[in-house]
Amino acid sequence: MKRAAFGQIGFPILLLIPQLVIIAIFFYWPAGYAIQSSFYLQDPFGFGSTYVGMDNYTRLTTSRTYLSSFWFTVIFTTLVTFFSLAIALLLAVKADKVIRGAKTYRTLLMWVYAIAPPVAGLMGVMLFDQSRGNITQLLASFGYDYRLGVNYWDTAAAMITVSIWKQIPVNFIFFLSGLQAIPRSVREAALIDNASGSSRFWDITFPLLAPTGFFLLIINITYALFDTFGIVDTIVKGEPGNNPMTLVYRVFVDGFRGGDLGGSSAQSVVLMVLVLILTVVQFRFLERRIHYT
Amino acid sequence: MADITESRIEAQSTARPAKRIKWEHIGDHAILIAGALLMLVPVFMIFASSSWDDITLHREGLQFGFSDDMANNYNAALFEYGGFTDSVNGVTMLANSLILGIGFAIGKIIVGMMAAYAIVYFRLRFATLAFWMIFTTLLLPLEVRILPSYEVITWMNLGNTYTGLIVPLIASATATFFFRQFFMSVPEELIEAARIDGAGPVKFFIDILVPLSQTMIAAMFIIMFVFGWNQYLWPTLITTDESLFTLVRGIRQIMQAYADGSSTPEYGEAAALAIIAMTPPVLVVVFFQSWFVKGLTESDK
Repeated sequence: MKRAAFGQIGFPILLLIPQLVIIAIFFYWPAGYAIQSSFYLQDPFGFGSTYVGMDNYTRLTTSRTYLSSFWFTVIFTTLVTFFSLAIALLLAVKADKVIRGAKTYRTLLMWVYAIAPPVAGLMGVMLFDQSRGNITQLLASFGYDYRLGVNYWDTAAAMITVSIWKQIPVNFIFFLSGLQAIPRSVREAALIDNASGSSRFWDITFPLLAPTGFFLLIINITYALFDTFGIVDTIVKGEPGNNPMTLVYRVFVDGFRGGDLGGSSAQSVVLMVLVLILTVVQFRFLERRIHYT
Repeated sequence: MADITESRIEAQSTARPAKRIKWEHIGDHAILIAGALLMLVPVFMIFASSSWDDITLHREGLQFGFSDDMANNYNAALFEYGGFTDSVNGVTMLANSLILGIGFAIGKIIVGMMAAYAIVYFRLRFATLAFWMIFTTLLLPLEVRILPSYEVITWMNLGNTYTGLIVPLIASATATFFFRQFFMSVPEELIEAARIDGAGPVKFFIDILVPLSQTMIAAMFIIMFVFGWNQYLWPTLITTDESLFTLVRGIRQIMQAYADGSSTPEYGEAAALAIIAMTPPVLVVVFFQSWFVKGLTESDK
């Protein structure tokens, strides 16, 4: 709030009403409903529900399919986050260094941001297609029999590759803006002190980029958990079967295909808790960053 | 000891700087070009393939060169009615995508600016409470509460409407926070001066704050337009009526045609549709690049 604020009461309430009404109806109500129905077992024909306590949650911990999705999500998130950050960092460091064509490179490396995940997924399907995909043919020429949608890890590899590809631009934009925020004086001092480029990077640039990197780590985990839905859905062609599945995709499959409202809600609540933990970590860190800089 | 080795290295590097720097530069450019190709080539292949006939694509996969079926494929993707009810074509989907992208962006900016103005510029007792209520929505993306949101929408009879498509997506406070941060950075003197001149809150908002925020509004609009245009899960659930399909939602229909595998899928048309679906947001991001980057890097902090 500003020191010199307006005194009216009615007008600001009027200004807040649209936002508050929308979040009440489309955020708090559904979120509360999810928490509530995670304790109930829904009749499959919609004739009511019975209170089952923690049953839906214990069912998750014993469900083999859920646990396999859980571990797949862990692996998927780790690989997508690591590779998209690493590739973007490399490209950003180089793009920050070059003088000639810097702007062109920036454009060429960031525009994929605007492509929707399912469109990227469609491209992935065409490239990795079991019989005529270009990458499948390339792998076949090396003697590897790649089978999208049949072999679990082959399908997973396509999902991971497309997800990394789609996320490089965001990371690149943030890393580049982080690099460009490093003061010229620091760069010049580093240049005088340090002869080798790699030690200059690891001793000076990398620590100064750490806040950006940490922020991006959270963003990337959130991306891998939630925003890859369109990629996963297109790559399995809407037919989950025995294909690898992320947790968010399973919420969708169990809720809408399986009609298991209770189980799906319990999964939603698990994800909510996961996001809350991530956010708390992020804010504790951000507070620290404000203190020290 | 360390000093000696370091100075020796420095001496070496000053001895022949020109050559060394040149090689380093070539390496940098090579990496950047490789990165650019990694981004470009898959999309180029889709674009090139959108000029081929289905049978070639079916036999040989995506193509690198161009053929002469481009007009055919784009014509089919844009004007041929498809789906189960024959009620949707590319132009309809394009219009729906535009409605979703623009409606979402404008709605979010208006709602967000109003709320941010109320929180920053007024002495409200429950401002902190409202702030935290709005703030919490940043924590949980729509994907997490997708099934209950769907139930709420059906209960309100908003399925298959533009309202049901757009408004629930606005229920996250990214724009509110973006504008809150910007308003906080606006100098205090402005509002003091405005009050001395006798400007009320409405006049101050419309005549001073909105013009000041122009760049911010533009940046937010670009990000929100792309975000809205690219929505997939929510439109998939909420629109079963094909005349409300967006382009990105239409991709799902293509994938299902693939999965059926009964006849040769229309690969050329699918590639053309993918290009049509990505062109508007890509153009927006490329042409308004500096606003876009500014909005992106400042909104997420």
